[in-house]
Amino acid sequence: MKSGMVIVGAGEAGVRAAVTLRQQGWDGPVTLLGEEPHTPYERPPLSKDYLTGADRKLTSIGGTNQFEALEINFRPSVTVEAIRREDRTLITRDGETLQYEKLLLATGASARRVRIPKVPDPSILLLRSVNDSDRIRERMREGLNVVMVGGGFIGLEVAASLRSHGAIVHVLELQDELMKRAVPASIAQIIRQEHQNQGVHIHLSTRVSDVNTRHDRRMLTLSNGQTIQADMIIAGVGAAPSTGLAESAGLRIENGIAVDAGMATEDPHIFAAGDCCSFPHPLYDNNRMRLESWRCAQEQGEVAALNMLGKGETYMKAPWFWSNQFDLGLQIAGLPDQGSEEVVRQIDDRSLLHFSLRADGTLAGAAGVAPGNAIARDIKICERLINGGSKPDPAVLSDPGAPLKPLLQAG
Amino acid sequence: MAAENWQDVCATSDIPEDDVIAQTVGDQEIALYEVEGSYFATDNLCTHGQARLSEGFLEDGEIECPLHQGRFCVKSGKAMCAPLTEDIRAYPVKISGDRVWVDLG
Repeated sequence: MKSGMVIVGAGEAGVRAAVTLRQQGWDGPVTLLGEEPHTPYERPPLSKDYLTGADRKLTSIGGTNQFEALEINFRPSVTVEAIRREDRTLITRDGETLQYEKLLLATGASARRVRIPKVPDPSILLLRSVNDSDRIRERMREGLNVVMVGGGFIGLEVAASLRSHGAIVHVLELQDELMKRAVPASIAQIIRQEHQNQGVHIHLSTRVSDVNTRHDRRMLTLSNGQTIQADMIIAGVGAAPSTGLAESAGLRIENGIAVDAGMATEDPHIFAAGDCCSFPHPLYDNNRMRLESWRCAQEQGEVAALNMLGKGETYMKAPWFWSNQFDLGLQIAGLPDQGSEEVVRQIDDRSLLHFSLRADGTLAGAAGVAPGNAIARDIKICERLINGGSKPDPAVLSDPGAPLKPLLQAG
Repeated sequence: MAAENWQDVCATSDIPEDDVIAQTVGDQEIALYEVEGSYFATDNLCTHGQARLSEGFLEDGEIECPLHQGRFCVKSGKAMCAPLTEDIRAYPVKISGDRVWVDLG
């Protein structure tokens, strides 16, 4: 039998790669290995509608419904233990061996744990998989005292979801602002204000300094002097790339599985895509970066698939990211922290666009927040400006009355 | 054949050139588009996530969902790319004078 394409990891990158291989006419075997028992599902709802029970159904990843028609051999509950590069073979936990012609590692990332003295690790919940989300949802009830450790995207989305359903929520953040490196301060402030208006207790520059049990209740003493009840503790302190398999196979690791701009490792038969990999970005001076982005994972899966077929494709799109908290929608295009000049468009007290320009006048990134998806169109235009290397007029960017769409023509 | 149900939904001038608006007709929300002098109508809610297409980006006769960048053909309602797996409903449109009529069927 012809040894085919094997993909390890059935998330956004892996599924998109499998489908792309077929769309590009590859007619040999395609095997997609998932570690979880589930059909490939979208993770973003896990901290939002799925967590609150507003949407009880998992959303399948697009393309999953075509697996049979496309003859994609999807196998759930398979853990790969080792890659034997010398004879291009995978060894699974069950001892099975699988040959590959080309291999794509789309192993994703796993939630980082936190240690809190006197609190056993398993009682600090995480949010990454559907099982994690179910665990939180099953325990959720009105009036539950929830402590969210970490004021990043996941932490704040979970805080908003649980607060909307009547929990008493405290968010502990070590930094002096929420979502510190990811979002400009002007936007973080609007989001923080919304959380506070909704009754979420935000503790900045704060850690847990002591834990005690009083009348069967776990009480946390915080470094700001307050004592709060913690019926449920959830950690949202970021994710670590799942590189173990690649590392033990001797592949280079650099904050993720190191690949080139075509998603290839230094082994010509092995590629990596999505949250697990780091890559040089041509739009950003080929700086090596790792992104955790739903859309980026799909796009990289596609590029990897093309290159597994020898097409010579490069990944060079502006990263795109979104978050929903209460009724606010946040979107980011590009990398706002890569600019040297900041331009702000204040639309109203809950709507704002923040542009980051480089010294040469090109747009490095843009972030925006507004109720619903009201900021989406403007961010879409920014994405085009970034991808096109345009130099938008700062006077237009800062003027809330000036439409952005004409900037696309201005070049 | 399905019964026709033509509704006067708005004036042509309510829909900016090369743009999309939302309009509520009865208990239904639809998206109305202008593309190079022609008018089109579809459901306003994306078939993938919970997002209004009227907040999306219209280009070359396709509306891109503001949340996950799935694209639909505004004329046929056809889903054009991932993550979409389901088409959206498109409605017949006719122009009478300066009014836009939609057959909600």
